[in-house]
Amino acid sequence: MTAQEHDLYANPGEETEGTVYTAVGGGDWADIAGEQAERGDEVLVINMGPQHPSTHGVLRLMVECDGETVTSIRPGIGFLHTGIEKNMEYRSWTQGTTFVTRMDYVSPLFNEAAYCLAVERLLGIEDQIPQRANDIRVLMMELCRIASHLVAIGTGGMEIGALTVMTIGFREREMILDFFEAVTGLRMNHAYIRPGGVALDLPETGIAQLRDLINWLEKHLPEYAAFCNENPIFKGRMVGIGYQDLAACFALGVTGPVLRSTGYAWDLRKQQPYCGYETYDFDVITWDTSDAYGRFRVRLDEMWESLKIVKQATDRLEASTGQPVMVDDPKIAWPATLAVGPDGQGNSHEHIKHIMGDSMEALIHHFKLVTEGFRVPPGQAYVPIESPKGEIACHVVSDGGTRPYRAHMRDPGFNHLQSVPIQCEGGMLADVVVAIGSLDPVMGGVDR
Amino acid sequence: MSQDKLPGEEKTVDKPVTDPEASPKAGVEREDAQPNPTPLVPAEPKGVPLRAGMWSQGTGDTSGYSRIVRTTGWPAPSEPPYGSWYDDAYSRLLSLVEGLRIAVILDRGELTFRVPREQLTEVMRSLRDDALLRFEFCASVSGVHYPDDAGAELHSVYHLQSMTHNRRLRVETSCPDADPHIPSVVATYPAADWHERETWDMFGIVFDGHPHLTRILMPDDWAGHPQRKDYPLGGIPIEYKGTTVPPVDARRSYR
Repeated sequence: MTAQEHDLYANPGEETEGTVYTAVGGGDWADIAGEQAERGDEVLVINMGPQHPSTHGVLRLMVECDGETVTSIRPGIGFLHTGIEKNMEYRSWTQGTTFVTRMDYVSPLFNEAAYCLAVERLLGIEDQIPQRANDIRVLMMELCRIASHLVAIGTGGMEIGALTVMTIGFREREMILDFFEAVTGLRMNHAYIRPGGVALDLPETGIAQLRDLINWLEKHLPEYAAFCNENPIFKGRMVGIGYQDLAACFALGVTGPVLRSTGYAWDLRKQQPYCGYETYDFDVITWDTSDAYGRFRVRLDEMWESLKIVKQATDRLEASTGQPVMVDDPKIAWPATLAVGPDGQGNSHEHIKHIMGDSMEALIHHFKLVTEGFRVPPGQAYVPIESPKGEIACHVVSDGGTRPYRAHMRDPGFNHLQSVPIQCEGGMLADVVVAIGSLDPVMGGVDR
Repeated sequence: MSQDKLPGEEKTVDKPVTDPEASPKAGVEREDAQPNPTPLVPAEPKGVPLRAGMWSQGTGDTSGYSRIVRTTGWPAPSEPPYGSWYDDAYSRLLSLVEGLRIAVILDRGELTFRVPREQLTEVMRSLRDDALLRFEFCASVSGVHYPDDAGAELHSVYHLQSMTHNRRLRVETSCPDADPHIPSVVATYPAADWHERETWDMFGIVFDGHPHLTRILMPDDWAGHPQRKDYPLGGIPIEYKGTTVPPVDARRSYR
């Protein structure tokens, strides 16, 4: 049966025109099952996912088991491939942020930051980013790191039956997302960090809301340690599971909490600082067990370090109220000169008055900058930053035009899933879920 | 080596390695390594067409700046000295790889080594194994398609990280569209496995020696390589119950 003949969504007898692409037939899966039928031994071949509650989205795992022991496991990805990198080549540099933010949707601000830092390097304006913009970026990224770690801990806990960790994790995350909504207008998919700075300054009530949020987190973050750290069931499921040592991390390109759980204090915020991280006081958390429990503890403690940075950033932002949040170059800065007008729309009344009433050249420039955007000098840049999962980086190539010639996102989860076999083979089937949860892949970022 | 040592124990080091003699001798460090040979530079990268006026090529220019003509080119290969650690890494690599043809592009603080594909395997192995280079971490591999770069249309770009020295380096190699083969670096950097599969999937570069070069993001039976410049956005007409939706770029004009 070829793909051309078989359309699952057609009525019986209905003719199918053209090629039908479907993963349901699962070419390679049919092969695996066929081989298995011929083999006639006791090996179980299990297809886990892509629709499975504990595969963090649409991850597919092809597992071979001897009893309950995993003898072979192969991850299959691509079910959430949306062609974001291709699409970015057809949109302006500014519009690129609205695409990258949808990659790893649990930590969208890191995608935006990596992309914008790369574009800024190509533009040669890295030194011209206002201090307040960098402080806002750091603040938003660190809050986003806490939110992402809460999801990692919460969903990881839920998968082993610790449901309370999930419910309280999402409660705290929702408080953070409320703050994001107040600042950017959206809970997720912000497109807030732009080449040159950030789209908007904090709202008037921003600092007060931030203080409330910090108090809330300080009150509730200790609950996770109290619930989990010495919980015998939790430890029984996590300790010694998903073991991956430092050499394997290097070989397979694994970074972030997984790398730090081997005891190696590699954190790009310290090693290759960006956005002014060198001016903040925080520690790099490590653990020495190289297992799922170690990663949990690293994430738990990293939330406290992030909170430390958030507090420092809050003080700085309070002091710098009113300073610019966008680079002083109107070509790049547009459309950051927005204001909420009486009609609820985002156009700045002053700006509209200027282009419509005063200056025809300004109108032309406005029109061209809106429809085409700014140009970026030819060349390529690769900027890595430390996301909650590990090294996220953007490789952008410009041919001097108004659109990215090529944009590639190096997502940490893409690399981390390569290490599923080394962590799971030889272990129990039930521990696969724990190991994957400790890697914290987000398929939106993995598949892009 | 005494008998009571465990296998691999003699390799253990407990202090930073700075001695040039500490480099592995077998395979990489040869007797005939030349101290400072003159490199043979591969062909220069393609240029970018002249751009006229204030705005993009081909758009009606009403701004009055249409007589402005600018030559924007790709960053040109740099000449030594490069400064910082770049010179040391460059001359060290030259002494390790015999007859190395290399172009060095130092642009925006990022160092790029352009090497021909025939020497890629040896270059990558030297970069990883030598104590003075020690790029032990391959973060990413990404393809780029330059249809105008005759004879080198498809580029493969490797982003290396030395955690020992805290340095970053980009290695770039290319192959013609007619012969899209580049040796795989999976044997040196296992992390490149999925990255090379993605680059094959998206650009059609065949990585020779890859253990399992199959599509990774697109369906197994997909035809074509979507991120090549000649592959349209939207790509295929989507057929659903007898109605065909044309590709996106056939519906709207983006150019």
